[in-house]
Amino acid sequence: MSDTLVMPAGVVPSTAEQREQPVWRLLLGRPTFVIGAAMLLFWIICAIFGTAIAPHNALAQQLLATNKPPSAAHWFGTDQLGRDVFSRVIVGARSILIIAPLATLVGTVLGTALGLALGYLPGIVDTLVSRVVEAVLALPAIIIILLFAVALGVSTLTQILIIGFIFTPLIARTVRSAVQVEGQLDYVPAARLLGERPGRMMFVEILPNVMPTVLVEFTVRLGYAIFTVAALAFLGFGVQLSTPNWGTDIKAGYVLLGAGYWWETLFPALAIASLIIAIGLVADSTEQVLAG
Amino acid sequence: MARYLLKRLGLAVITLFLLSVLIFVVGQVLPGNPARSILGPLAAESAVRALDHQLGVDRPLLTQYWSWITGLLHGNMGESYQYQSAVEPLLRAALFNSAKLGALALVVIIPLGILGGVVAALNAGRPVDRIISLTGLSVATVPEFVSGIVVIVIFSVGLKVLPSTAQAPAGSSFLTQLRYLILPAIPLVFVLFGYIARMARAGTIEALESDYVRTATLKGLERHAVIWRHVLRNSLLPTITVIATQTGYLIGGLVLVETLFNYQGIGNLIFQAANSKDFPMLEAGVLTVGVVYMVATLIADTLTTLLNPRLRTGAIR
Repeated sequence: MSDTLVMPAGVVPSTAEQREQPVWRLLLGRPTFVIGAAMLLFWIICAIFGTAIAPHNALAQQLLATNKPPSAAHWFGTDQLGRDVFSRVIVGARSILIIAPLATLVGTVLGTALGLALGYLPGIVDTLVSRVVEAVLALPAIIIILLFAVALGVSTLTQILIIGFIFTPLIARTVRSAVQVEGQLDYVPAARLLGERPGRMMFVEILPNVMPTVLVEFTVRLGYAIFTVAALAFLGFGVQLSTPNWGTDIKAGYVLLGAGYWWETLFPALAIASLIIAIGLVADSTEQVLAG
Repeated sequence: MARYLLKRLGLAVITLFLLSVLIFVVGQVLPGNPARSILGPLAAESAVRALDHQLGVDRPLLTQYWSWITGLLHGNMGESYQYQSAVEPLLRAALFNSAKLGALALVVIIPLGILGGVVAALNAGRPVDRIISLTGLSVATVPEFVSGIVVIVIFSVGLKVLPSTAQAPAGSSFLTQLRYLILPAIPLVFVLFGYIARMARAGTIEALESDYVRTATLKGLERHAVIWRHVLRNSLLPTITVIATQTGYLIGGLVLVETLFNYQGIGNLIFQAANSKDFPMLEAGVLTVGVVYMVATLIADTLTTLLNPRLRTGAIR
C-alpha cells in the first residue's frame, strides 16, 4: 500500500509507510475522535453564532424573576439577576474559545522555535535553559499563572501572553527531545555535510519531521489552556468582558449553592467539562493516529 | 548511588534558587505598590511613602532580594501585609490543613488507581480496558472546581448527606473532620486516577509480557499467584514515580478545591494573598509549594533507585 504514497524528499519512511490511509480518514474511523470533534464543533458554533442561537438575550435582567429553577421558559433556570442561564452558557463559549486557542498558538510557536534551538544547538545554552524550564515546572502551572496575573493585571492580551509564555518551556521540552531523536537520523548529518546553515537545518529539514509531535502538543495544551482560562475566571482573575463567561458565572453562583440554587453553577460547570473532555478526546485520538 | 543522589540534590538546590529569583522578580513587577493597597486610594502620598519605607520596598531590588532570601534561610518569611503578622505560623497551619486533605486523597487514590490500572491491563483491548482508560482520561482533564461543583450539587444540595464546606467546626473529632473532607478529596481523586491507572496499566502490561512471567506460567504457577508475586511487584515501580511527580498537580488543584470548599489550606492562602496583593505571603506560599514539589520528586527518584536493582548498579559504576 505504501507505493500509493508519494513521499517528499527528507521524510522518514518508517512511520509514513505504516500509514495506509490519509490521517483524516484514520481519525474519522475512531469513535473517540468523532464524538470529541462533534462536541467541539458544537461549542465552536455556539461561540460564533451564540447570540443568534440563544433563546433569550444573555444580558437581559429580569429582577422580578431571579433565581428561578429550570422550567419550560428557562431550560437552565435564571441567575441572581434574572438572566437566562441557558443563553449565558451558549454565548459564554465565545470568550474562552478566543483566549485559549490564541494562547496555545503563542506557546506552540515560541515553544517549537525554542525546542528546535535547544535540541539542535546543544551545550551550555541547553543546560542553562533546561534549568530554568525545571524551575518553572516545579510549580503547578495554575499557581505561576496566578502569580503573573496578579503582577500584570488581567486583560485579554495579558492573559493570552501569560498562558502562552508559561506553555513555551513546556512545549519546548517536548520538541527538544523530538529534535534530538531526529538528530540521530542520517539525513541530518547528510544535510550538514551539504553545507546547510543551522537556521535552514532547523526550520526546513527538521521542523517538518517533528510536526506530528508539535500538533499533538498543541491539542493537549489547548485543553490545559481552556482549563487555565476557566480556572482564572473562577478565581476572580477573568477578563471582564460584557459577554458572559462560564468561570465568572460559576464564581458568582457557587456562593448560592448552599441556598439550593444549583442550576446557576452546575450548567456553566458542565459546559467547561464537556469542552475540555471534547478536546481531550480529540487530542488522545490524534496522538494515537500520528504515533502510528 | 550516594553520588547520584548528591547530584540530584545539587540540581534541586540550583532549581530552587532559580525559582526564588523568578518568584521575586514577578513579585516586583507588580504594578500596584503595596503601601497604596494597604492604605487605600485616599491615603496621603507622604503616608504611602512612609509605609513603603517601613516595609522596605523602596530599597534597591538586589538588597531586597538578599534580605528576603537570607531571611527565608533563617526561617523568617517576613510579615504579611494583609494580616499584619508573621507569615510563618499562618503558612505552617495552612500547610498542615492541606496535608490532611492531600493525604486523604492519596490514601483513596493509590489503591484505586493501581486497581484500575491492573484490571485494565489484565483485560487489555477489551471494553473494560477502554472504559477505564477513557473514564480516567476524561475525569483527569476536568478542572477540580468543576467536578467539585458536580459533587456538591449531588451530595450536598441534592442528597443532603455531606457538608458543602471543608472546614469542620473548631475542636471537631477526627471522624467529623474526615466527613468534612470527603467531598473536597473527590475532585483530587478524579484528577490523579487517570494518571496513576495509566502508569499502573503500562507497567502491568510490560510485566505480563516479560520472560520471567512466561517462565512462571510455564512452570505451572497458578494465574493469581503469577499476578500477585511477579506482575504486581514489577508494575508498581513506574506508579510510585508518577504518584510523587503528581504531587505538584495535587497542590495546584488545592488552590481551586480549597477556594471552592472554603478550606483554610495553602492553596486558599495563596489565592487570598494573590487577591489582596499580599506579596510576602504570596511569595512564601508559592516557594513552599515549589519546595514540597522538589522534595516529593527527590523522594520519588530515591525510591525508584532503591527499588530498581538495574538503576542501582548503573549508578554505582
